[in-house]
This record gives sequence, structure tokens and C-alpha cells, in this order.
Amino acid sequence: MSGPVSISHPDDELSLVDLLDRLLAGGVVLTGEVTISLAEVDLVHVSLRALISSVSTLQQGDREDATDA
Amino acid sequence: MSLVWVYAVQEAGAGEAPDMSGVDGERPRVVGTEELAAVVGTVADDGFDEAGLAAAMEDLGRIEMLVRAHHGVVAATAQDRTVAPVRLATVFRDDDAVTAMLRQRHDDIRAALDRVRGRREWGVKVYVDGTAAPPPAPDAGAASTGDRPGTAYLLRRRADRDRGAEAREDARAVAERVAGTAAACAVDVRRFAPQDARLSGRTQEMVLNATFLVDREREDEFRDTVSRSGDGAVVEVTGPWPPFSFAAAEES
Repeated sequence: MSGPVSISHPDDELSLVDLLDRLLAGGVVLTGEVTISLAEVDLVHVSLRALISSVSTLQQGDREDATDA
Repeated sequence: MSLVWVYAVQEAGAGEAPDMSGVDGERPRVVGTEELAAVVGTVADDGFDEAGLAAAMEDLGRIEMLVRAHHGVVAATAQDRTVAPVRLATVFRDDDAVTAMLRQRHDDIRAALDRVRGRREWGVKVYVDGTAAPPPAPDAGAASTGDRPGTAYLLRRRADRDRGAEAREDARAVAERVAGTAAACAVDVRRFAPQDARLSGRTQEMVLNATFLVDREREDEFRDTVSRSGDGAVVEVTGPWPPFSFAAAEES
């Protein structure tokens, strides 16, 4: 009945992707004339670019290792 | 010259900043008004001004460092008090600008603290084996169409397609069942896009990537029932997280 389950604990190495899901979209937005904060839109674009480039790096790694069919 | 990075906001008198390094290797500290306080860090203007942050956000290594340090300080602060995490890369010119913001945004910050008080965030991901069609049975469609190979081929194609659709439907049903079970033990939910298999590091397909705000007294129940709701699918529960996904008012 019950499927395999894993529960990760706070002291485990946290997945960067899990962190990005929360930190790039979450948190109270405190902007104002005194703030030098990145615009939300910038962060979203930035995160996409960073992830896309990390994926292409991983793919290059895969090709070099010839591990994937 | 220096700038002030904000990690989280809390009630005045809630406690000191954690004894650890922040995003610029600095020691976090607390600044506040009589009612509210912010956990902040003094960072170099070189690298943390608008241009510096924009450049950092182009570099996954820099992003990772900032994200881990920001999360680390917020999580350590949230250990013993109610905090509202602040959006990554929120930087003020100086402490006076921070306290001015605390006064100006007093009502929003109070509302955020009330929303997350006594609650923590738990992530739930569900993985299933590939939803591509399995290979057809050896004699599929061959029985009644013996001398019409073209028809047999088309029937086989349709059966494959139906099986693929069925597998996707099953995966969606599993994801919704787990999400529903989790929501029944939670106060609120946010959905993220499923992570690409190359980023999640799994060979299975992620069909649910959601995060839930859970009352502390229901955390055991949440983990227990969510873990058992996969019915063969892999259910991964992560947390507790500081309530990053629930600090901001709900968007619609």
C-alpha cells in the first residue's frame, strides 16, 4: 500500500533547486524608494537563465561521460 | 561604504541574530523599531549594489552562495521565534532606511507574521516511473486482422497512444491524491513547476512539486499521512522550511 518515502532533515544537504523554488519566488517583498532591490521580473528571468545554463552544462557532462544512450 | 542586506523580519524583542556568517561573510545583527525588527547584515556596496547583484544573478555559483547563506540565516533565526523571511536580494542603503521601511510597512509585516505564527513549511514531491507508453503486448491487435497488416499497425498505434494517455492520467491522479491528502492536514499550499529530471537528479518523472504551510502540532500527522498516500509512487517530503512561500500575501 505505502510507497517508498524519504523525509529529509534540515541538516541534510539541501537541494539547490528546492532552495531556488522557495527563495526566488518567496519571502516578503519589501521595496520602497529607499530600497535597492532587484525587480521581481529580473529575478525570474535570471533564475531561468541560470537554470538553463546549468542544464546545458549537465548535458555536456553527460555527453562527455557517455553515460546516457 | 556599505549596504544593509535584510534576511527576515520579526517582532521587537524576539531575539538576537544567529551566530553565523551571512551572505558577505558578515555577522548578522538586529535593527528595529519599538514594535518590529529586522535581521540584517552589513555587506559591501561593491558586489551588493544593483549592478553587483545583477552580475551575481548571472552566475549560478554566486546565486548558490547567496541562496544558501540567506536561507541559512533565516532558518537559524526561525529556530526559536516567528519570522517572516524576506525576498532574496533585498538591500537597503543603511539602518535608517531599514527602520523607516519597518514603520512604513508595519501592517503588512504584522499580517505576514500572523500568517506564519506557529507554522512551518513542508515540501512534497511525487515521482512516478516514466509516463511513456509501455511496449505493446506481443499479439496486440493481431487476432482479427491477420491479412491486413496496415490495420493491425494502426490498431497497435492507437493502443500505444491509449496506454500513454492512461499512464499520464494515472500519474496526474496520484499527484492530486497526494496533494489532497497533504492539503487536508495543512493551512495553505503553493505549487511550483515540477523540476526537470536533470535538476532533480532523479530518473523518475516529477508529477507534483508543492509546498504546504502546516501547524506545528499537525506536523507528525502531515508527514505520516502524506508518506502513505503515494500508493506505489515515490513521495518525498522535505522540511521543515522557514515559511518562505507563505510570508507574502497570497497572489491570485
